[in-house]
Amino acid sequence: MNEPLLQVQGLGKRFGGFVALDDISLDIREGERVGLIGPNGSGKSTLVNCLSGTLKHDSGKVRFDGHAFDGLPAYRRTRLGLARSFQLPKPFRSLTVVQNLHVPLLFTAKHRGGARLSTVEIDARCAELLRLVALDGKARMQPRDLTQIEMRKLELARAMAAAPKLLIADEAMAGLSHSEVDDILALLVKLNQSGVTVILIEHIMRAVMSFSERLVCLVAGKKIADGQPQEVVRNPEVERAYLGE
Amino acid sequence: MKNSAFCLLTAAAVIVIFAVAMLTLANDYFFFAGYVVLQYIVLATAWNVLGGYTGYINFGTAGFFAIGAYSSVVLHKLWGPPIPLLIVVGGVLSGLVGLGMGVLTLRLRGVFFAIGTLALAIVVQTFVTNWDFVGGSRGVYIIRPATAPLLGNYIHYLFLVMLALAGFAIALARCVEHSTLGFGLAAVRDDEQAAEAAGVPTLKLKLISTTLSGALMGMAGAPLPYYVTYLDPTSGFNLAYAVNSIAMPLIGGMTSWVGPLLGAIFLGTIQQAATVTISSSLNLLLVGVLLVLFVVVAPNGLIGLWRPRRRAREGS
Amino acid sequence: MFTELLLNAIVSGIVLGGFYAAVSVGLAISFGMLDIGNLAHPAFVILGAFCVYVLNQRWGIDPLIGAILITPFFFVLGAGLYGIYHYSFERRGEEGLRGLAFFFGILFITEVALILGFGVDYRFVQASYIDATLHIGFVDLAWRTLVPCIAAFAMIGALQLFMSRTYIGRAILAVSQDSLALRLMSINPSRVKLIAFSLSLATAAIAGALLIIIQPVEPSIGRDYIGRVFAIVVLGGMGSFPGMLCAAILLGVAESLTATFYGPSWAPAVSFGILLLTLALRPAGILGRA
Repeated sequence: MNEPLLQVQGLGKRFGGFVALDDISLDIREGERVGLIGPNGSGKSTLVNCLSGTLKHDSGKVRFDGHAFDGLPAYRRTRLGLARSFQLPKPFRSLTVVQNLHVPLLFTAKHRGGARLSTVEIDARCAELLRLVALDGKARMQPRDLTQIEMRKLELARAMAAAPKLLIADEAMAGLSHSEVDDILALLVKLNQSGVTVILIEHIMRAVMSFSERLVCLVAGKKIADGQPQEVVRNPEVERAYLGE
Repeated sequence: MKNSAFCLLTAAAVIVIFAVAMLTLANDYFFFAGYVVLQYIVLATAWNVLGGYTGYINFGTAGFFAIGAYSSVVLHKLWGPPIPLLIVVGGVLSGLVGLGMGVLTLRLRGVFFAIGTLALAIVVQTFVTNWDFVGGSRGVYIIRPATAPLLGNYIHYLFLVMLALAGFAIALARCVEHSTLGFGLAAVRDDEQAAEAAGVPTLKLKLISTTLSGALMGMAGAPLPYYVTYLDPTSGFNLAYAVNSIAMPLIGGMTSWVGPLLGAIFLGTIQQAATVTISSSLNLLLVGVLLVLFVVVAPNGLIGLWRPRRRAREGS
Repeated sequence: MFTELLLNAIVSGIVLGGFYAAVSVGLAISFGMLDIGNLAHPAFVILGAFCVYVLNQRWGIDPLIGAILITPFFFVLGAGLYGIYHYSFERRGEEGLRGLAFFFGILFITEVALILGFGVDYRFVQASYIDATLHIGFVDLAWRTLVPCIAAFAMIGALQLFMSRTYIGRAILAVSQDSLALRLMSINPSRVKLIAFSLSLATAAIAGALLIIIQPVEPSIGRDYIGRVFAIVVLGGMGSFPGMLCAAILLGVAESLTATFYGPSWAPAVSFGILLLTLALRPAGILGRA
């Protein structure tokens, strides 16, 4: 397909008098690995929320896979193939780990795969996903019994269960150790190799630099850089945003 | 256990319980009291579909319940159809009102929905109070038919009707619980944003939940005029319905169909005993105190005390 | 004359609205600013009314003086109530469902306790200004509605000054907007919320005194006020005092007109109907925050 998978044109969002996103335009091609960086409060999470439909954008247009996303509720966007994980994990607390994965499989997979999944298929996909994130031993546990890292992995697994074409991973690695970061990175690379476009939002520069083919930088709601990772980090405005004058 | 098996089991239980009651209970009083407890089983189960399964609290039980009761009054005055039809009509009307309520307020946070339900109950009550055809504030008298279909004794008939309705409500709740819908509702209850992100059509499911809940409450109210024979807005819209339908699932446990059943039997029988022995106001005070106590101390109800950690439900 | 009737209805609606604002200001604080769905607020207003009634009946104390006497007790009661609420719900992050059920239970208990204590008869107070009426042209203003209206404005004005001028007041405004920022300034948000909530209950005491000056009181009339106060707070944009005042007066006029031209039995539907419409169409309120 020649058209970019995700097309964002002139996206704007304000909260009262505060402008969170100002005229953001972005194109993401299928199969790309895009990193999104920016200091705290720059609007990264707001952008994710507007793309996923959790928030309604005030101005601009979003197109995904040939569909107009404007005004579409979040669940429809997930069903059309755009999934996101949450920065602070939001598991379904009254369900077990594996049941957490059941939810997207029951409500999204049918729309992505075309047919309702049987119990056998659901169990198989859950097992596969849990293995990928190394949670297969904890399938019947409750989210409250998981460690922080495990909850992050569950969060990612749940987003992956929706069989997305594009996955937005929102700060999935914050606070993790060196090797844990590598685990998640490997997972995302593998996902990308299987055809999923990934937008990685992170503060951990090492992870972002090694993962991204392309880097986008947001500062104070505006996109100030978009291109090759090496060039973007050398961009003086980007440096200024992170390190100050 | 599959849902279909459970439904058959419930139907069998209804028949067995009715047979036992007919054979062992000598005094009609027990049928009168039993009707009230059964009615509360329906109301508590109905409330819990929206409250426990979906996480949206409804203070307007009295409104939905009274819609069922007053639609029966209207139909009785116009034509006098049999009770099963009244139940269907009551259910449909209340379900529609539940749907309307949902459309108005479910896009907002849960607290606004809750307040909206309170508002609804009072608006419906005001309409009924000002509507002379159903008696207005003076109330209306309903004459019970002399003989009942199938059984002869009308009290026994009402008891059977409410028993069947209770069985139906429980079976319906259980079927919802162990279905894709139930999973979706649990996701909505646990984290609505995450549910939407996972592909759950949260608004649609919430609307289904309110409609079902409202419909069941209306069905519970439909036979009421024949039970009390005199109906007026003050008794029809009694706040006790709201408090009880919240207290019973809360005390019994909100995560499954067992909780409202337990809570209704427990609280319902206590109240039937108390109304006879102490004043009805003291009885209501007791319910209120129990509600507050449980919500503070044992929020997972009796089931939660019995099984201290919330076990996950078996999946579908 | 129609215009006389209309004008009287509007004027008494405005005066009534002023009083409604006094009843609602407590909820504007607890629900509007602190996000605590205190359904029991109207019940405490009624409780305040009954306390003032007892003081008036036993010792002949003027209701306004009585209000001032009971306010400290209501403040303490508010502190206790918030303590239970905070310990049981806010701490565990389960405010939503259970907090509401908690306050609903308190509402119910208070009403039933009052019925048990006082029965269902209407109670009223004796005071020198209650029976007199002020005549301006063809507009009649009963003092028993005017005095509460004036007192209401005074109370709300005092609160507004408190909120904007004092340290604690500004802390309350801050906690309603961003409790994390407050914590970063090493002010304990819970302590601030405690004071604010206790304050909201203290206003209920005063509002109760004003209520029993306006009309005779019996335990279940609190239910009529649930709709009114929530409608006013929501329509007024949650935490905003000026918004709440506008909404209160609007509601008062709407009810007054309905009562005059359609009959008083429709009055409860007005406030609850307005509430439903506001929730459906413009939940941010007239002057609301986005």
